[in-house]
Amino acid sequence: MVEKGTSVLKKLEINVAEAEKRTGKNTVNMQETYTVYLVETRVSPPPTPDTLWRRYSEFELLRTYLLVTYPYIIIPPLPEKRAEFVWHKLSADNLDPDFVERRRVGLENFLLRVMSHPVLCKDKIVFLFLTEIENIFSFKSPDKRFTALKQYSDELNTAISQLLRVRARVADRLYGVYKVHGNYGRVFSEWSAIEKEMGDGLQSAGHHMDTYAASIDDILEEEEHYADQLKEYLFYTEAVRSVCRKHELIQYELEVAAQDLASKKQQREELATGMVRVFSLKGMTSKLFGQESQEQRESRLAALEQSIQEGEQALKEKNAECQEFVQTAWEDIERFKEQKDRDLREALISYAIMQISMCKKGIQVWSNAKECFNKM
Amino acid sequence: MSVGAQRGLASSGQKHIAEILHPLSAADESLSPGPDVTVTAGGDKEAGLSNGTPVDTPSPASASSLFNRLQLDDDIESDPRDYYDSTETRDLFVTVDDPKKHVSTMETYITYRVSTKTTRIEFDLPEYCVRRRYQDFDWLRIKLEDSQPTHLIPPLPEKFVMKGVVDRFSEEFVGTRMKALDKFLKRVADHPVLSFNPHLNAFLSAKDLNKRQGLALLTKVGESVKHVTGGYKLRARPPEFCAMGEYLDTFSQKLGTIDRIAQRILKEQSEHLTELRDYGAVYSNWTGSEGELQRPLEGVASSVSTCCGAMDELCENMGQDFLPVLREYMLYIESMKNVLKKRDQSQAEYEGRLEAALLRKQEDRTPMPPEVERCQDKVECFNADLKADWERWQSNKRQDFKQLLGGMADKNINYYEKCQAAWESLINVLQDKQTEDQTSETD
Repeated sequence: MVEKGTSVLKKLEINVAEAEKRTGKNTVNMQETYTVYLVETRVSPPPTPDTLWRRYSEFELLRTYLLVTYPYIIIPPLPEKRAEFVWHKLSADNLDPDFVERRRVGLENFLLRVMSHPVLCKDKIVFLFLTEIENIFSFKSPDKRFTALKQYSDELNTAISQLLRVRARVADRLYGVYKVHGNYGRVFSEWSAIEKEMGDGLQSAGHHMDTYAASIDDILEEEEHYADQLKEYLFYTEAVRSVCRKHELIQYELEVAAQDLASKKQQREELATGMVRVFSLKGMTSKLFGQESQEQRESRLAALEQSIQEGEQALKEKNAECQEFVQTAWEDIERFKEQKDRDLREALISYAIMQISMCKKGIQVWSNAKECFNKM
Repeated sequence: MSVGAQRGLASSGQKHIAEILHPLSAADESLSPGPDVTVTAGGDKEAGLSNGTPVDTPSPASASSLFNRLQLDDDIESDPRDYYDSTETRDLFVTVDDPKKHVSTMETYITYRVSTKTTRIEFDLPEYCVRRRYQDFDWLRIKLEDSQPTHLIPPLPEKFVMKGVVDRFSEEFVGTRMKALDKFLKRVADHPVLSFNPHLNAFLSAKDLNKRQGLALLTKVGESVKHVTGGYKLRARPPEFCAMGEYLDTFSQKLGTIDRIAQRILKEQSEHLTELRDYGAVYSNWTGSEGELQRPLEGVASSVSTCCGAMDELCENMGQDFLPVLREYMLYIESMKNVLKKRDQSQAEYEGRLEAALLRKQEDRTPMPPEVERCQDKVECFNADLKADWERWQSNKRQDFKQLLGGMADKNINYYEKCQAAWESLINVLQDKQTEDQTSETD
């Protein structure tokens, strides 16, 4: 098995050579900027490689296809979609050259893993991914709702990631403010030693400053719960994306089935009428008709009829599958949206309550300190 | 110029430049209420209202408001522990306020209004209102130091300011300086000896401070101390003054630490504020992709923004009120240390002369020279004055720090109260919406 795998790679060399920025209109007709990667496949011999440009979402679709088609196989993972764990940047800039470079390496790695897998490397769609210039997963009539949903899920992901990042920085600074006040405790205590009437007041005020400095630990600990609630929805966006991708896959299969059927019907027509047309359908092996005998033609026609019937059945089934998917998915998405609105609103309210509690504690401590100062 | 504390910095922009007269000449600095701004131009040098000559019939509004203003400044609770703090015996009230910018061909500078109210007979009139600039305060301080060398003279705020670094005419800088000048003058006015100094009298009342001619009313002690020659070394500082010295050293150390802590807090708070602003913006941006959640998110953004404003205020206060007062106290401590040194000097001189005189007496039976006795007087005078000043300084220090630290606590309380209100109003809005939704669902 291993040999077979490696022997494929001996014949096939894969490179994700470059990355480039593109702008264009997406399926909901909005202007967007994205990165494309140059996938080079060299089959040796012929020295000239097949090269084509693919963007990250196409890799995602390919992987989803593999997940669905080979559920018993451990499908290699893809590199990060967004620059999630960048330590020094506010936003996940997917167009940042360093990030793009690392992703390029990751994508190359993914393809190498797939092609070195004994089963996956033989998949027709994988082959098309490497060789077929057009976007193999493009749709003639994409469902706008799902595209919009994918967009929303991306935006939610961005918003929550940003929020979590900045919140962490705010918490850091707040920690600093509180803790430095603790120094007042020490110096007031030292100072009180040289004072007569002021001593007691200073000393007790110092203790309150210590209390103040210590209070931040609990406050920030509580805030972590809020962060957790946000994180849950961050992870949820991934699940939403996953549903969108599955929909795209089903849609794709539906369109392939329809295309398949259409081309078979055309073949039948040509066979029946004897007319030759130039085929320009993608993904189809075109046959050139030579001179045939009547029997040959008739037997081929019969086989084709059979195939067409099967194809029609398959298309009907695929259609039904697609419709059911859309219906049930959309019901669930509506439910999810309502749940999200409720949950996040609750989270915001509880955050506000936490803030109020922090303010009350602050007022308490400073009031106590003030009393001590008054007694000086 | 209207009556009533004008807190803002009124630059010459309020009046047309041509209308501005030299502040120390006949400007209409009357106490009568009237239309604002217009100055009676022209040579009203003799008649009517000139600096230092208050209105003959002060209108009730002005006099009482002046009095009220002065009273409020002295609003300290009488504490039985504070011997020097009985406001009932006070008969001299001073205030520094109303900064104004003056632009002349030679220079631009700020003057402050110095208002006095007194029942003392040393003053010709019960009320005065003059304009003085920093130079004038400096003059006063030097004169006080010269004429009362055995006393602790309160410090002035820093004289020199790097022109490129600090804006000498910014509201902030002028405000801080004015408060310090006010403090300085009040401390002098409260002092049982300094407040009777004729230079102070001139400062408060004279139309024109003629600084070049010194008032020839130096005390005897003043004269003799002025001529102290150096070169005498003190053998032993009496224990009570040692204790003072030690206290001052430790105290200034602690104040230095507090200053550093306060600065650090200020820095952390500023950085916190920066992050907080970004934080609010993120919530605002999020609303773009939301529907139902738009309102709660905007609400949070708005509450965060309110907190930013409150924090900004807190930082400003620390920078403008807390830190300058702290620093000024450090200057005060230095002044006190200097007075201690001067005292040491005079004691050293006395002991030196005494020793020399005793030796000569032994040799040729000459009587004790009068300088030695004078020195002795001087030392005793110094010691007594210093001890009295020390007690008073300690007492004032207590009050000052009570106020300073209490003020800091107050500002922090204000900050938290504002934040709390912002978040509470958000909850009200959100919970109202919830009940709204619930009732609409049941309909």
